[in-house]
Amino acid sequence: MADFYEKLGNIDRRIIFVLIALAVIIPIIFGMVFPNPVGAEPSRDLFNYVDSLPEGSNVLISFDYDPSTMPELQPMAEAIVLHLFQKNINIVGMALWPQGASLGQDAMSSMADSLGKVQFEDWCNLGYKTGGGVMIVRLGSSMSAVFPTDRDDVLWSEIPMLRGITSLESFSLIISLSAGDPGIIAWVMMAGDRFGVPIGGGCTAVSAPTLYTYLQTGQMVGMLGGLKGAADYETLVGITGGQAVRGMAPQSIAHIVIMLFIIIGNVAYLSQRKKGGAK
Amino acid sequence: MRLIIPLAITFTAGMLMILNFFIPHQPFRFLGENLQEWYLIVASGSIFLGVMNLMHVHFRKIKLKLKNWKYSPVTIIGFLLMLVTGLIYGVTELKPFDYLFMNMVAPMGATMFSLLAFFVASAAFRAFRASNWRATLLLTSAFLVMLGQVPVGAMIWDKIPLAKVWLMSIPNTAGQRAVMIGAAMGVVSTSLRMIFGIERSWLGGAD
Repeated sequence: MADFYEKLGNIDRRIIFVLIALAVIIPIIFGMVFPNPVGAEPSRDLFNYVDSLPEGSNVLISFDYDPSTMPELQPMAEAIVLHLFQKNINIVGMALWPQGASLGQDAMSSMADSLGKVQFEDWCNLGYKTGGGVMIVRLGSSMSAVFPTDRDDVLWSEIPMLRGITSLESFSLIISLSAGDPGIIAWVMMAGDRFGVPIGGGCTAVSAPTLYTYLQTGQMVGMLGGLKGAADYETLVGITGGQAVRGMAPQSIAHIVIMLFIIIGNVAYLSQRKKGGAK
Repeated sequence: MRLIIPLAITFTAGMLMILNFFIPHQPFRFLGENLQEWYLIVASGSIFLGVMNLMHVHFRKIKLKLKNWKYSPVTIIGFLLMLVTGLIYGVTELKPFDYLFMNMVAPMGATMFSLLAFFVASAAFRAFRASNWRATLLLTSAFLVMLGQVPVGAMIWDKIPLAKVWLMSIPNTAGQRAVMIGAAMGVVSTSLRMIFGIERSWLGGAD
């Protein structure tokens, strides 16, 4: 029996890898979808804040991520952009991460096409600029000084929707979809605290615990944490069969498999410790 | 002079930014905004430094046939391909750069990050042990958060998502805030030490 527990505690990691792969692949193949109830989560707070914005407001979305975190953040981007377009809110996109500009373009243009929104009138993409927090401070005094052109080299002065926009204070809300630094924290510190612009955001599940601090102090109006946050927003906006909601089934089963492995590891550990074999 | 000039620049720039923050009027505002623009220009220049470094490292690796040198040509070709397509066609949608980015760079990047799930599972199995009451508490919290983070948690018991929000909002926030306040005080202290020339390790041992 002791031998059995020892073997249990030393399962080959390839077996773990195969089971995790199956836990993800099988629900995707069979198209499993779990219902996604949205409770009193920070995702609801962000949705409610966006929903309360008047028509014609300007919202800045900063796409501060790259393809590695795209599976979690791109569904958020699409759901938020869709919500803003449905509310007839103007979107100005930009990025603190180089590859975020292309991902933002993809999210905005795909949603704009489906809703008949026009580039430069309803939305535009200013692209990427280096500098992180310092650049945000500069945006607080003059946006056109930092972005004299948009991502496609169209002059600031030639973009009709930017005519009334001078600095960060021209925006009703800034949303940062962030995979790390620079990201939400830089926006909270530099734009929210310094210029008083409301900040919302979305982040990967691993970085969500850090940002709860800013929710409690009111420095953030709401937050989407990980794929669950994206699924919540899709549910609230009314997207049926969205990427994130579909991703909840594989993620649920993968979490259960990981938890089962933790339980197995602990059963083996406690059995061995009982016999004095483990410390 | 090798010591005095960088220290004088650091002191002047640091003090100007502090003054600009507390006294947002002329001439500090003008000077502060100019310094910010200088920073953006220098930061943009560092991208070229990064490119040169990338090329230097990989060409050297190929030349000396160092370990895993066979991957270096892939990096160089990939980089040059993106650079050339971007320069010739621009980065607008439906152009070669965008096509390569959305159909190669994005899926490959996402694939690399998804490998994390496998390593997290393996590491959790080996390291997450209820060895004492504190570790057991951590394990229980982790289970609640993992279940609360997916719909299956609410399917098991509708209070699990509430427990997750409570754990994240109260105990987690208390811990995070302590860490953040400590780190922020460290940043303030180190910044002041650098501005006043007490901390000089950034000079690369030129003292």
